[in-house]
Amino acid sequence: MSASRPRAAKAAEMSALHERLERTWATPPGLWGWLTTVDHKLVGRRYVVTGFVFFVLGGILALLMRAQLARPESGLIDADRYNQIFSMHGTTMMFLFAVPIMEAMAVYLVPLMCGTRAIAFPRLNAFSYWVYLAGGTMIWIAFLLNVGPETGWFSYVPLAGPEFSPGKRTDFWAQMITFTEVAALAVAVELIATILKQRAPGMTLARMPLFLWAMLVTSFMVVFAMPAVMLSSSFLISDRLIGTHFYNPAEGGDPLLWQHLFWFFGHPEVYIIFMPALGMVSHITATFSRRTVFAYPIMVLALVATGFLAFGLWVHHMFATGLPRLGNSFYTSASMMIAIPSGVQIFCWIATMFDGKPRFATPLLFVLGFIVTFVLGGLTGVMLASVPLDLQVHDTYFVVAHFHYVLIGGAVFPLFGAVYYWFPKFTGRLLNETAGKWNFWLFFAGFHLTFFPMHILGLIGMPRRIYTYRAEMEWGGWNLAATAGAFLIAVSAVMFVINVAAALRRPRTAGANPWQASGLEWATGSPPPAYNFIYLPVVAGREPLWEEGETRPVMEGLSSSEREILCTSVVEAEPDMRHPMPDNTLWPLLAALSTTALFIGSVFNEWALVWGAIPLTACLIGWFWPVGTPRRKEAAA
Amino acid sequence: MSGYRIVGDVSPLADHGFGSRSLMWWGVVGFIMIEGAAFLLGCAAYVFLIGHTQPWGAGHLPPSLLWGSAFTGLLLLSDAPNAWLSRRAHAMDERVTRTGLVVMSVAGVLLLAVRAFEFTALNAKWDQDAYGSIVWALMLMHTVHLITDLADTMLLAIFVHTHEMDGGRYSDVTDNCLYWHFVVITWLPIYALVYWSPRVLG
Repeated sequence: MSASRPRAAKAAEMSALHERLERTWATPPGLWGWLTTVDHKLVGRRYVVTGFVFFVLGGILALLMRAQLARPESGLIDADRYNQIFSMHGTTMMFLFAVPIMEAMAVYLVPLMCGTRAIAFPRLNAFSYWVYLAGGTMIWIAFLLNVGPETGWFSYVPLAGPEFSPGKRTDFWAQMITFTEVAALAVAVELIATILKQRAPGMTLARMPLFLWAMLVTSFMVVFAMPAVMLSSSFLISDRLIGTHFYNPAEGGDPLLWQHLFWFFGHPEVYIIFMPALGMVSHITATFSRRTVFAYPIMVLALVATGFLAFGLWVHHMFATGLPRLGNSFYTSASMMIAIPSGVQIFCWIATMFDGKPRFATPLLFVLGFIVTFVLGGLTGVMLASVPLDLQVHDTYFVVAHFHYVLIGGAVFPLFGAVYYWFPKFTGRLLNETAGKWNFWLFFAGFHLTFFPMHILGLIGMPRRIYTYRAEMEWGGWNLAATAGAFLIAVSAVMFVINVAAALRRPRTAGANPWQASGLEWATGSPPPAYNFIYLPVVAGREPLWEEGETRPVMEGLSSSEREILCTSVVEAEPDMRHPMPDNTLWPLLAALSTTALFIGSVFNEWALVWGAIPLTACLIGWFWPVGTPRRKEAAA
Repeated sequence: MSGYRIVGDVSPLADHGFGSRSLMWWGVVGFIMIEGAAFLLGCAAYVFLIGHTQPWGAGHLPPSLLWGSAFTGLLLLSDAPNAWLSRRAHAMDERVTRTGLVVMSVAGVLLLAVRAFEFTALNAKWDQDAYGSIVWALMLMHTVHLITDLADTMLLAIFVHTHEMDGGRYSDVTDNCLYWHFVVITWLPIYALVYWSPRVLG
């Protein structure tokens, strides 16, 4: 490290540096730039927009279901179409919206919060987006062509097996799993490497923002949970296409193998969805309460504990399958135990607000909505952890109510808050606050009007996944209320879209840090330049922008003529080495197209796995073939 | 905040590193964790299915020990030049790195040939019963990793013979060696399950 510092950065020097960095890191304009970019901000932004498109599509399906169920014996939708609609709704919301959009927010925000110029493995990041887009498009085209999935989002066998789900519907579903899991796993690896190796000098693990902690734990969960669903769906599609017998009890297989593998993924999946949201809530709460989050170490421990406990709960989805009693008791206690770290975090956020000076802007309103809704969902979760109660309400609307409370309450409320909070960073513009408050209150009222009656419907015996019911069941009133609530949510969503559209027409006047927040993402322009930070930020505490004095401490010395980032040590974030970063390239898109051909081809012919591997291998060779001059020689010169 | 205070210069820092210092190492370890989880779950599925057929592998001869054991022996042997290559690449020894990658490519091709014979001697088809299905699943999972690493090794071998080396490439070679360790280690439980469990439990 040079000894001739500190010194002040001069304006002329910064202007020249800005121009050089812009040339090195910029994405070229036009279609070519759009297809070849590896900028995490551009990829992250299109990931977020695509995720919201799938949210709207999944929401439209929800409205169709609610329209059908609004009155008894409605003939709006027939049974077969209804099966596809609820399967697509769950599939879209879980696999195409919830997980991807949380990772998408992280793809955009994590490098900025780390104070680095790029995400780790930026080409893999671009590949991940294209594969995700291809998988989502494939399943929606299949649905529109009447070959959409029909056996629910968890596709239980034998219903999803070759005997009861003939044709290609479930095959497309199984391949959609492969697409989305490949995409999610790729992002998880990028985030782990970015968070552990690319943090700003001085940002020790003990100073890391809580969103980074949340994404680190989430990414490890993705790494260990998602292989289970890839394995189970591969077994499923091979049972269907090449006559294997993994799930066929007549030949030594077992349908419960599907349930074990699926829920080994499926339960952590819930936490994979809402753990990033917990990180978002911490940032919003701190900023709008004007104080650091209460009990930071406890918050970190709670996140890590939740990550571990989430893998010990999967059997609570299988209480009705007749497992041994001792096993049931174990999973009951584990399910109740996970309420502890979740509860601890809730208390910490309340303490943060109580001890701070809360300003109830739209993002904080969504946080309050999250706390109320998620606590209610958590309470029914504790109820469902009890085997006798679970057996009574298994497969009823009580369960539907519960998981919408935890998933929408736990993830969608914070996500909307996060969009209001980080929208100026993404776009340089603030969303309208009045419209935001309407958006929140309509969403909050609509949500509870939709889903609270479902608890009662479940308790009075309405099973989930039925396409209609008879009038004498006396479920009509509660269902009508739920339908009215669903349309209220739709009005709220339309208001959100209008708010976003109107904001995008206004000039970029938000400024670098409109909320006076403390994280490094607010230490650069809104939207940030292609290279993120003109100098490398240096961190001396948990809330860097609240702690700095007259000038901001930074480091210089990365190349401005080629893409380069700084790697720091894992625990202490000490500067360690400079690392090259790839330029924009078409290979990720080509590799994603080859992957798409391979996956879709294999739905029709298993040999596509072999022939499809040839173009894919060619693309991967093109991708990995090192380019550029040897760096050691250049350094010596 | 009125401006920047430059407190350090990172330009003297190294432009490459080995092991956990390198970003690529974290990528390789990330994928090892993912694939390791898949192997563990695949083995767990195998053990789960054992309880469903009494005795295990009924109606089949166990897979022939000849090719499976030959593969295991060769695979374990291959890890010696692999470890040697990793050490020499770390020392940035150009000559040995080039030779070592060719040796490992040849080892990979040989192993793949033995693996092909293994498939002919499993004594079960994937579509006969769940036993056959899970045996083929584990074998295919491992074979895909064998092919992937062989392709990567050959690509590196071609590259180092046609280009000048730099620190980053040596680091890539050590990461590739790490992945080969993984391919070796994951085979051992699969070998035990596929080749020995039908003999012990059958």
